[in-house]
Amino acid sequence: MTANSRIYLDHSATTPLDPKALRKMQPYFTEKFGNPASIHTYGQEALKAVDEAREAVAEFLDATNSEIFFTSGATEANNMVLRGTMEKRIEEGNHFITSKIEHPSILETARSLEKDGFMASYLPVDKEGRVSKESVQKAITKKTVLVSIMYANNEVGAIQPIKEIGKLIRKENKKRLKEGLPEIYFHVDAVQGINFLDCSVKRLRCHLLSLSGHKFYGPKGIGVLYKQEGVALKAQATGGHQERNVRAGTSNVPGIIGLAEALKIANKNREKSSAKVFELKKYLIQKIKDQIPNIKVNSPESDNKGLPNIANISFPGAEGESILLKLDFAGIAVSTGSACSSTSLEPSHVLLAQRLTFKEAHSSVRFSLGKHNTKKEINYLMKHLPKIIEDLRKMSPIK
Amino acid sequence: MYTKEVLAHFTNPKNMGKMKNPDGVGDVGNLRCGDIMKLYIKVKNDKIKDIKFETLGCAAAIATSSMITDLAKGKTLVEAKKISNKDVAVALKGLPSAKMHCSNLAADALANAIENYQKKKNKNGK
Ligand SMILES: Cc1ncc(COP(=O)(O)O)c(C=O)c1O
Ligand code: FES
Repeated sequence: MTANSRIYLDHSATTPLDPKALRKMQPYFTEKFGNPASIHTYGQEALKAVDEAREAVAEFLDATNSEIFFTSGATEANNMVLRGTMEKRIEEGNHFITSKIEHPSILETARSLEKDGFMASYLPVDKEGRVSKESVQKAITKKTVLVSIMYANNEVGAIQPIKEIGKLIRKENKKRLKEGLPEIYFHVDAVQGINFLDCSVKRLRCHLLSLSGHKFYGPKGIGVLYKQEGVALKAQATGGHQERNVRAGTSNVPGIIGLAEALKIANKNREKSSAKVFELKKYLIQKIKDQIPNIKVNSPESDNKGLPNIANISFPGAEGESILLKLDFAGIAVSTGSACSSTSLEPSHVLLAQRLTFKEAHSSVRFSLGKHNTKKEINYLMKHLPKIIEDLRKMSPIK
Repeated sequence: MYTKEVLAHFTNPKNMGKMKNPDGVGDVGNLRCGDIMKLYIKVKNDKIKDIKFETLGCAAAIATSSMITDLAKGKTLVEAKKISNKDVAVALKGLPSAKMHCSNLAADALANAIENYQKKKNKNGK
């Protein structure tokens, strides 16, 4: 490891663009710059590329082209789902169910909807960060019209029982149809699952799904909303007729092309790259357990409960932001759930929902691995981490 | 986000560690984010002869701890009591606005340690 090479262990935050995806995008910035809404050849050339990308996304999700809507990212897709379905169906029901560990793009939107008079239930999680199917069942009321649960959590990697919840909702909907109750839509924020998990909307049995390009080696500022045929949603961005009146605004053509290419690559390499990062994750956790006393692993360690690439670990007695900065000085990038690193000065809502103590959340570090990470890099990390933790613990007034 | 001065004190904190038989101890916690700081002083002729700190917290908390010990060392108690959180922040060439509260922690710990010393002194009737 040379002194000036850097190691990136923050793939849940974002990933580098795949060079192949970049090459596919490039012509659409320059010579093929047309607006796909235009009728002339420039426009039609861009439209054809967008259509092909849409097809690739549809294929990946096991959906049809007309069910794919491009957005500016998962934040926008999540906003469209919550606001768009709740506002559209206000006559049918005003209640929705989500969980305490969702991404802020869901939680902040949910709180804002509550202010507008909608009713929300926030499901708890167990110690491993997982929602139970039973809690979904219990939270359903006659007024429920939407359930939104993430596929895998971005801070600890806990995989949610999406297929089971999907089954439950389908069964529930059959009953509700007979009883004249409103249908419940099921939305899945699949952002963190794309690289590793089965994303067939048929098998997940979801009505809506969000994903984001930059989490699977695609570009930033582009995402997808899958919306099953017939699902009612009020457009949030109004304007032109792009994306079949669901999302107005000139299409981000290079972004769309890059996203589709990255998705194809992710799909092709899924099994191989999952197995590889899972081996590395296990190696990392074992090294930390062996070399650093008094730590706590906050991620599920088995690969059917946790993403293969996220290891969230607490080092009580050291503070997360301090650990992060000292690792950064050594050229290693990670993230933390410490209160000190958040602008609200609240520790991670996910870790608190998992009932970690304040002290544990305060000392948490998230290592999120990617397909390019190597054992050598983990060894380099382990050359620095034990000393960093030891030094910070020495500085602390509570031993 | 941090100035060079903050990073320097964070990397090489001054006067860090526990003190044996201190004359005064300041013990403060930050209710907002969970950080804690302990400050020890040794006093001679109403002057701070030695000072040490222990902190569990962010880089700003560690840097302000280090800086305040630097500022207070050698000062009379009257002078040291006047060191404010702003003085610490200025000496560090500024702190991000979200981190200003960390400097309160340091200033409070120092005031707390001096108070603790004076209380003990009065009790002993010296
Ligand atoms: C689970 C989850 N949902 C939503 C988002 C938001 O995605 P985007 O950055 O595309 O807005 C992220 C990433 O930050 C995420 O991890
Ligand atoms: S002491 Fe927590 S933010 Fe600085």
